[in-house]
Amino acid sequence: MTAPATHVSAPAPHHYTTLGLDSRKVAIWAFIGSECMLFVSLISTYLIYKGRSIVGPFPHETWTDPATGHVFKPILNIPVTSASTFVLLMSSLFMVLALAAVQNKEKPKHTRGERILGSSRLWLWMTAIAGATFLGFQAFEFTSFVHEGLSIRTNLFGSSFFTLTGFHGAHVTAGVIWLVTLLAIDYRRGLGPRDSLLVDIAALYWHFVDVIWIVIFTLVYLIR
Amino acid sequence: MATTARPAPKHSPDAYGEHSGLWSWLSTVDHKRIGVLYLYTALFFFMFGGVEAIIIRAQLGAPNQHLVSAEFYNQLFTMHGTTMIFLAIMPLSAAFFNFLIPLQIGARDVAFPRLNAFSYWVYLFGGIFITIPILFAVAPNDGWFGYAPLTTRAYSPGINIDFWVIGLLILGVSSLAAAFNFLTTIINLRAPGMTLMRMPMFTWMAFIVQVLLVLAFPVVTIALVFLLFDRFFGTNFYNTVSAGADPLLWQHLFWIFGHPEVYILVLPAFGLVSEVLPTYSKKPLFGYPVMVYSGILIAVLGFGVWAHHMFAVGLGPIADTFFGLTTMLIAIPTGVKIFNWIATMAQGSIRYTTAMLFGIGLVALFTIGGISGIMHASPPADLQQTDTYFVVAHFHYVLFGGSIMGIFGGIYHYFPKITGRLMDEKLGKIHFWLTVVAMNLTFFPMHFSGMLGMPRRIYTYDAGQGWDLFNAMSTAGAMIFPIAMLVFIYNFFVSRKRGEIAGSNPWGAGTLEWTIPSPPPEYNFAKIPTVTSRYPLWEGKEVDYECARINSQEGKTPADLGIVMPYSTIKPLLVALGLVTMFCGLIFARALIGVGAALMIFSLYSWLLSPLEPEHD
Repeated sequence: MTAPATHVSAPAPHHYTTLGLDSRKVAIWAFIGSECMLFVSLISTYLIYKGRSIVGPFPHETWTDPATGHVFKPILNIPVTSASTFVLLMSSLFMVLALAAVQNKEKPKHTRGERILGSSRLWLWMTAIAGATFLGFQAFEFTSFVHEGLSIRTNLFGSSFFTLTGFHGAHVTAGVIWLVTLLAIDYRRGLGPRDSLLVDIAALYWHFVDVIWIVIFTLVYLIR
Repeated sequence: MATTARPAPKHSPDAYGEHSGLWSWLSTVDHKRIGVLYLYTALFFFMFGGVEAIIIRAQLGAPNQHLVSAEFYNQLFTMHGTTMIFLAIMPLSAAFFNFLIPLQIGARDVAFPRLNAFSYWVYLFGGIFITIPILFAVAPNDGWFGYAPLTTRAYSPGINIDFWVIGLLILGVSSLAAAFNFLTTIINLRAPGMTLMRMPMFTWMAFIVQVLLVLAFPVVTIALVFLLFDRFFGTNFYNTVSAGADPLLWQHLFWIFGHPEVYILVLPAFGLVSEVLPTYSKKPLFGYPVMVYSGILIAVLGFGVWAHHMFAVGLGPIADTFFGLTTMLIAIPTGVKIFNWIATMAQGSIRYTTAMLFGIGLVALFTIGGISGIMHASPPADLQQTDTYFVVAHFHYVLFGGSIMGIFGGIYHYFPKITGRLMDEKLGKIHFWLTVVAMNLTFFPMHFSGMLGMPRRIYTYDAGQGWDLFNAMSTAGAMIFPIAMLVFIYNFFVSRKRGEIAGSNPWGAGTLEWTIPSPPPEYNFAKIPTVTSRYPLWEGKEVDYECARINSQEGKTPADLGIVMPYSTIKPLLVALGLVTMFCGLIFARALIGVGAALMIFSLYSWLLSPLEPEHD
């Protein structure tokens, strides 16, 4: 009876977790699992409808409109999309560097190279710009398709293509906004090792969106 | 540093003390209060869906009646199904997830308290959104499964289906947000020693349900997005006429979600009954590990049986055989559960409390539904039964006899934990027997009217087809339900005010939630317990007495105990409101989309950038 009972119970570590991981990290993996099913549904629909459009334009084949005699070339511009894919892939590399920079913020940096590698702002900017560039490519692609005569209403290919890649583009947009938000925090108070979880979660999401694009690029653009 | 005077915290600690008043409910992030909100809202929608069912039965009570028009009848059966599935049974389960999961695993709250509040508000607003139209006779009218192309603009030009598509998208957001939350909670917030194989069976079933939600809801979300795009932006996903779309696309996507959804509806009730039966038999659950594995097996197989909803489509003998076989396989883990419950009761010292009666009711009535389910797992038999009242009888035995009986059992069992008072047992037993009589009188004759060929979803029928007597019986049974519900509601509200004081463990149950006072303090556990067995209260030698003493004391505030509680906040409600306003904009005025989006983004940033709880050192 040395101390009143009420003082016995001060909880040891406040945020005890079973796995020792922050709950946000567990949740983002659950979220990614769910997102996989979302994209699986979209991609499956695209593949089911592949080659079943009654009228063109088509992705990989030329099509002559029987009414007007107008000839539509294969609509997918693979060289341009390869470039945008490369940019998006590079953004994942920048994201890795951004996370590393945040985690190693407090380590001393001696050389100019170490200072560049250790700049979280630089790499967050690079990631966001790469993401925005990808979106720019997509906007260009969408508008040029519409000019060539393929809209979301034209045929099954148009509906499933624009919806699938549009959903992916919306995910990239959300990611860019997320990155810009992280940048705003970085400019306001500086991101350091104790914030690495925040960047880590954003990075997991970003890499996931990137991986999904690799699947889409392969299945939609590369495989005929 | 620590000894110098610190500035007063920005948020006054009085915020903890807000226990009453409308504002405290609007801004609560406490999982127990959110659970209570879910319970009341879902019971309201349960009765709303019940009224729809009674009008349906009144219309079908005798041949050639014209109580309601054919068009309104379509709205009634569509909204009856939609309401019961998405607005009643799923949220009733969510009420228990909210209230029980943290208590059963020894946590202070769910992993993301504010996200939890957000889920509830989205559910409430979405429920109102999808329910209002029936008051103006413009409700969705193509069935709860909304088969496209029937639901596309070409065949359903009105705004009825717009409400359905958008309403279900909104409710999906709520379900998914809740599922991420509970999944994380169960994985990551278990008390020390609470290994997976020591988790109470309700939490186990809840865990499996969250996995099903996380994987099944995105599929129906995409199906609904396609339909939304078709209806609003002229895409061709379900345009079978001029674009060559596949008329089965919707059915596949919908049932890939739809069959796991069946287990989303029934597994929580299985979990509740697995708490009820051991308690009143004074025996641990028989075959605990097998119960876990059969639950997992049901979930896995549940993703491989969807086309048994589509046997009449003519998918061909190979597909039909495959899906018939997987469907029959699911009977094995389900049967294992039934036998384990019976074995749990065998040679127990059984107390026939109301909760126990509902538990036994589930075992008996669900079994009838399960057996008729195996009958239409066989494609040739199903071709006779599909779209008849035989199927209606089957799924009401599964969903009423299974889910609802289990949920009522759960309400009687956990009412003392939620309110601190016992429900009246005598009235409870009257409620139980009225429910059993009503249920069997309503749904058993449907087996016969179905076998005699009465199709579903017809608003009236001619006399002399042998259906008259069975329909009259069903209608008579349906009229008993309101009496049963009145007894229940009277009992519920009177007991809440004047029921006997329950104490922390009125039933002598064995799991962790019964070690703390009833109703539990806002922090749940003054000291997070260390768990050493599945039924800590039944295995006295393993109880940490000091911990139990600390946890059983009443009237301590979090400040007394040095426990940091999350701030209450209105922001999740505002985000939910913004989200639903945005969706409303699609139907009413496009300007609302901008208003809703602005409200949502502003509130969301404000939520994400404000701390969950006071800084602690």
